[in-house]
Amino acid sequence: MGRPAPSEALRLTGASVELGGQVVWKDVSLSVERGEFVAVLGSNGAGKSTLLKVVLGLLPLRSGTATVLGRPPGEANAAIGYLPQRRHFDASSRIRGVDVVRLGVDGARWGLPLPRLGPDERRQRVHDVIELVGAEAYAGRAIGSLSGGEQQRLLIAQALARRPSLLMLDEPLDSLDLTNQAAVAALVQRICREEQVAVLLVAHDVNPILGYLDRVIYFAGDTAVAGTPAEVITTETLTRLYAAPVEVLRAADGRLVVVGQPEAPFVHGSRHEH
Amino acid sequence: MSIDAAVFQGLSWNLPADVRQLLAFHFMVNALEAGTAVAVMAGAIGWFMVLRRQTFAGHTLAVIAFPGAAGAALAGLPLATGYFGACVAGALALAGVSADRTGSHSRESAATGTVQAFALGLGFLFVGLYHGLLNGISSLLFGTFLGISDTQAHTLVAVAAVALALLAVAGRPLLFASIDGDVARAAGVPVRALSLGFLLLLGLAVAATSQITGALLVFALLVAPAATAQQLTARPLPGLLLSVLLGLAVTWLGLAFAYFSIYPAGFYITSLAFGAYVLARVARALAARRTAAAAGH
Repeated sequence: MGRPAPSEALRLTGASVELGGQVVWKDVSLSVERGEFVAVLGSNGAGKSTLLKVVLGLLPLRSGTATVLGRPPGEANAAIGYLPQRRHFDASSRIRGVDVVRLGVDGARWGLPLPRLGPDERRQRVHDVIELVGAEAYAGRAIGSLSGGEQQRLLIAQALARRPSLLMLDEPLDSLDLTNQAAVAALVQRICREEQVAVLLVAHDVNPILGYLDRVIYFAGDTAVAGTPAEVITTETLTRLYAAPVEVLRAADGRLVVVGQPEAPFVHGSRHEH
Repeated sequence: MSIDAAVFQGLSWNLPADVRQLLAFHFMVNALEAGTAVAVMAGAIGWFMVLRRQTFAGHTLAVIAFPGAAGAALAGLPLATGYFGACVAGALALAGVSADRTGSHSRESAATGTVQAFALGLGFLFVGLYHGLLNGISSLLFGTFLGISDTQAHTLVAVAAVALALLAVAGRPLLFASIDGDVARAAGVPVRALSLGFLLLLGLAVAATSQITGALLVFALLVAPAATAQQLTARPLPGLLLSVLLGLAVTWLGLAFAYFSIYPAGFYITSLAFGAYVLARVARALAARRTAAAAGH
């Protein structure tokens, strides 16, 4: 409240969502500023991906309000870079990484797909985002022949191509090994700072990215809380959220372990995406 | 079908003279005109089909084309009407099946396979009921380049021109939707409409190609050039052009070989397309080995 509106990427006030007549979450109030790196956490089916769909305007709120980049959800999609869950190009995908990135720039435009005749500015943008994610060495190869980490960097470059103000990454670390998880998290943090982009990154495990985050949004029970990791990932907050005894332990290496968290509270079957 | 021996001189091994001889017959000019239109159309649409992994849909449409044409012959309609009608209806039906995603993928392909068998059986019945065309079944299944009428050739050119114009306008969003449907949708690309539109274009391409190669050899022009091009390059535009050029090359050579020999055009076109594909795979495997060896040192 009271901050200048353009700096705010996302605000939910008393928001609730239903899917198939079942409440996914309710009474969620939070805000995300530009240039903030926010992790979206919680167990399976707690409503993490649902949040991204609400922001894109693909799912209406049942009550409460949502403002995305100062506008109602769905009206600001051109300014949102989105990377859906579990995208993986198999070995037979015969299209270059640079072409996939290029689609992020002008893939939605009608007309002849003549890459060499496009304005220089678009080619320059493709070059810049590939450089930003450090994919110059392999962007010219077929994307199916690249490793999971290399593909993920190119997909992040694609999502960044249209200079989004909000970047939403749905479990981008899922298929990566620990080294690559940390490297991608560091990359996302750098992009966040350099391009002043707000980032919502859905993650299963907070530990590989803990050192890079500004804040977390934690979905549990039938609601969510937002705050710094130190505020949210505590025994008190999570016990209140889950409405069940939960304990947060800090290992000697700084890793956080949540003990006793109930898996996907209710309505498990009804949350499958269609 | 008998060829005037006074004009037909056989292969002289003198290229300009042979080409002049090829073009001396009106039926051959029609065959080349129709073949060119079909090769360009199938090369371009086939490239997207291979990229979208919709070869099974393409095959289904080809199988549906057969009873369509046989039914048209039986009803006394032009064969082209049967081909286009059956393929467009088939494309709409396939779009309906894939829009209703309640069934699992394997169930969907099992259902489609069952429909394919029924379509072939139906075509066989129509040919059996229709006694006018002696070698009807073989030309419907394996193609013929003899007796392509002026109207048929011009229709194929017009259909190809319309299909290519549509593809040119929708090419980039279609590429986006084909590679990355979820992201394309979030970026405002009408993914479902494009998917229906593409199936209709595929239906047109299959119907057109069937008229030259027959229903069963459609893939020689629809899949083989595209698959060969995608082996050779991962760049979209050069790949698309290469696919079209390969389609043209195998069609022209196949028709010419068939003219100068006793074997059918379908055999030459499929063999040339298959040969190009095998060569491309070998070339790519060798290139990969060379890269691996270079990286190893």
